[in-house]
Amino acid sequence: MAVATVSTQSGAKPKRSRSQFAQAWRRYRRNYLAVGGLIWVIIFLIAGIIGPWIAPYSYSHTDFLNVNSPPTWQHIMGTDNLGHDMYSEILWSIRFALEIAFGATLVSFVIGIVLGLWAGMKGGIVDQIIMRLVDFMGAFPTFFFDLLLVVKFGRGMGPILMAIGITGWAGYARLIRGLVLSMRKGDMVEAATALGASQMHIARRYLLPNVMNQMAVSLAFGIPNDLTVMAGLSIVGMGLRPPMPSFGNLVAQAGSMMLGFPWMMYFPAGIFALTLLSYLFMADGLSEALNPRGGD
Amino acid sequence: MAGHLFEVDNLNIEFRRSDDKVYAVNGVSFSIGEGGTLGIVGESGSGKSVTMMSCIGLIRSNGTVKAGTAKFEGHDLLKMNRKQLEHIRGLEIGVIFQDPMTSLNPLMRIGDQIMEGMIEHHYATPRDAFDRTINLLGEMGIPEPKTRFRNYPHEFSGGMRQRIMIAMALACEPKLLIADEPTTALDVTVQMQILALLKEQQEKKNMSIAMITHDFGVATNFCDKIVVLYAGQVMEVAETKEFIRRPAHPYTIGLKNSIIEVGQRDRALKPIPGMAPTLTSPPTSCSFADRCPLVTDRCRNELPVLRQVDGNHMVACHRAEEVLNHAV
Amino acid sequence: MPSEHLLQVENVSKRFRVRGKTLHAVENVSFNLDSGKTLGLVGESGSGKSTLGRVALRLLDADGGRVLFQGHDIGRIPKKQLRELRRDMQVIFQDPQASLNPRMTVGAAIEDAYVIHKIGTKSDRQQRVEDLLQRVGLPPSAANAYPHELSGGQLQRVGIARALTLDPKLIVCDEVISALDVSIQMQVIQLLKELQKERNLGYIFISHNLAVVEYISDEIAVLYLGEVVEHAAAEDLFKKPSHPYTQVLLQSILKVPDPQSETTQALMHIKGEIPSPFSPPPGCTFHPRCPFAQDICRTKKPEPRDIGHGHVVSCHFAE
Repeated sequence: MAVATVSTQSGAKPKRSRSQFAQAWRRYRRNYLAVGGLIWVIIFLIAGIIGPWIAPYSYSHTDFLNVNSPPTWQHIMGTDNLGHDMYSEILWSIRFALEIAFGATLVSFVIGIVLGLWAGMKGGIVDQIIMRLVDFMGAFPTFFFDLLLVVKFGRGMGPILMAIGITGWAGYARLIRGLVLSMRKGDMVEAATALGASQMHIARRYLLPNVMNQMAVSLAFGIPNDLTVMAGLSIVGMGLRPPMPSFGNLVAQAGSMMLGFPWMMYFPAGIFALTLLSYLFMADGLSEALNPRGGD
Repeated sequence: MAGHLFEVDNLNIEFRRSDDKVYAVNGVSFSIGEGGTLGIVGESGSGKSVTMMSCIGLIRSNGTVKAGTAKFEGHDLLKMNRKQLEHIRGLEIGVIFQDPMTSLNPLMRIGDQIMEGMIEHHYATPRDAFDRTINLLGEMGIPEPKTRFRNYPHEFSGGMRQRIMIAMALACEPKLLIADEPTTALDVTVQMQILALLKEQQEKKNMSIAMITHDFGVATNFCDKIVVLYAGQVMEVAETKEFIRRPAHPYTIGLKNSIIEVGQRDRALKPIPGMAPTLTSPPTSCSFADRCPLVTDRCRNELPVLRQVDGNHMVACHRAEEVLNHAV
Repeated sequence: MPSEHLLQVENVSKRFRVRGKTLHAVENVSFNLDSGKTLGLVGESGSGKSTLGRVALRLLDADGGRVLFQGHDIGRIPKKQLRELRRDMQVIFQDPQASLNPRMTVGAAIEDAYVIHKIGTKSDRQQRVEDLLQRVGLPPSAANAYPHELSGGQLQRVGIARALTLDPKLIVCDEVISALDVSIQMQVIQLLKELQKERNLGYIFISHNLAVVEYISDEIAVLYLGEVVEHAAAEDLFKKPSHPYTQVLLQSILKVPDPQSETTQALMHIKGEIPSPFSPPPGCTFHPRCPFAQDICRTKKPEPRDIGHGHVVSCHFAE
């Protein structure tokens, strides 16, 4: 927390100041939906981290005595047609979903930052090539591309993560390039150049910190997007290979048993929907808190 | 003296901030006579724009007029509802701003923008408004008004845009023109042109002008009366001649000494130390005391009220007489 | 070379290409600057004065001519060496807020120059930052403030402190006071003058405010449409303005009237506006607005002529 009291010779009233983070948090707090979203996202994260330990059963454990069981004390969210404990399945799904979504987003993000920064700072032919690539990725049916990659490399964690990751960077690159471009010609970069700063130094100390707000927001929007893509892959049968559970698998499987055993759909679909919504509310709140338009 | 066209009395304005209040205008009073030109002079944050703009209902949403009256032809503008104000704005009171680019609509032909006000206020029929617009553009010194009528704001230079703003403001022949730093963004040669144009129009139409400016050169050459604001308070009011000859407030004197003029190469600089305060509580002592070379204990304890020192010369300083008599 | 100047600008030109058209920002400008001296660049918007300042520091590359800094042609030396040379040439901007990183504290912004050039230890640097802040009239606590927490005048002091970090020999001051209140302007001018004396700095002082330029400069160059129309010692220029444009500029300054005289300044003015720099007029670029223009002005470009004591004017009729 920066508390600065600045006054010249006299006359100036000391000014109380808060760190930028504290100010952003204060604005964020006012948005109840965003706070609710944040709480759910945190619960989701914790569940993902400790899930494997608190899950009463392994995801491959089958309880043949209780197949298609409605919620009971033994299986609080019921079981599916193979006797998998739904509660455990969901906890494991969360774990896998987080691993893939975070991993994929990280991959896209890093590619996007590097290419976006490069294009924005260099300009000219480099910029042209990178931006054409971005356009190409934007116009290309990436879900189809994901499918191809998964078919080629298999339905494991790694291939799915990479497939989603390397198709999702175009948006980040475009955003960061635009931001950098608007700053590159500005006084701030010129002042740093005049001090003798290298391009690397300018990118690290001046450009990156100033795009982080917008990047954080687009990251927050990116994770639910990747979760959706991942679920989509599962629903068309190209997600994680069973018995590894995922929200997509659970929902797809429950779809055919909806009439007889609706709880199989309610729990995974409900939790997944709530999670996506929470991410969106959180991202929305973040964008408002970090980039306030007028007023405090 | 005949009744004043525009009279502000004891105006107080506050702005809410996240965790405190800013007292932006504190008991400001002044008046503008018919056909007169008042210069409202002050530095940034002195409240010079806020004062005039809030009178015609243009105030930021976190600001409130706490007290005071602003009478235009005897009617208090501050008591009017939005509709009445909108009627007066543009028809009776014209406004021009510092940056014409932000106050002109970039997607509308400039001719249409000038006509719009006249039609909306039922000042002229569309046909008359068109003719008047062509005339006005010519009067404003815009070459080929008939062709330029159809141009968009970005097709004009800064000086030309300011001429268009003036044409808009003068379209309905207002009695009062509020000019908020109209030449600050312009080059000196263009500033001259714009000021000369304003003067010419004023004489032709017997209009009053409130010129908000930070520039003493503009104020003293353009206005016949000057009011100096500091920390939202009137420090000094005087006719321009008196103001030039016998400034009586230490702030006015300091400000005048701060201006470097041509031919002063060998002059020593005596800047006013420190900077202007932002008041977060109502003033109870002289707001200039901390920077004043003549400060006494009284200045720190007692708020000087605006009082007459000579003729129409008003000053808010405990030591004004001493300053005038060269006793200090 | 007999007496080496701090900065020599020789026949420099700079053009920008904007949507297929060529903008002549600076045309064939030359001047010299010595240590401890100030050259004022005056002109209206679009005169190319800021571009010229940037070319002089090679923040922009010149399209023609060359710039020698202490004898080095800064257009030709390699990037790496140029970065070293930048320690000696600095710039202060009009809008200090825009030139500072909003996410860096004032202290970090000033310290960054030392980080870039790997000077001193952490505590060493911090001491230097504190000294600099003090020198420009700010309390040491200002180091912890973010730019948005300071006033315009304070920020400009930060801008000055940052320019001083590497002990430069040349500083380009680009409209450094135009965004400030009058009472603050003078504080900044005074500070700049003191620093020049202490450190024997060479200044290029760019401003549209003629009175301030006259006050601070030893020599002044008047720019019109990218060309120097008049160049003289400050006193000469104001005593004997010889180019019609300079005369017009001087007459356009609104002075506070003399208390003794009864009359106020007439609001006289020059016709027209600066022509588009995309298509400068033929002959003398000022002829469309010049009250004395003759036929020759419309066709033949006037060469710069010395009319005595280094007072150089580009006008067919100046004497």
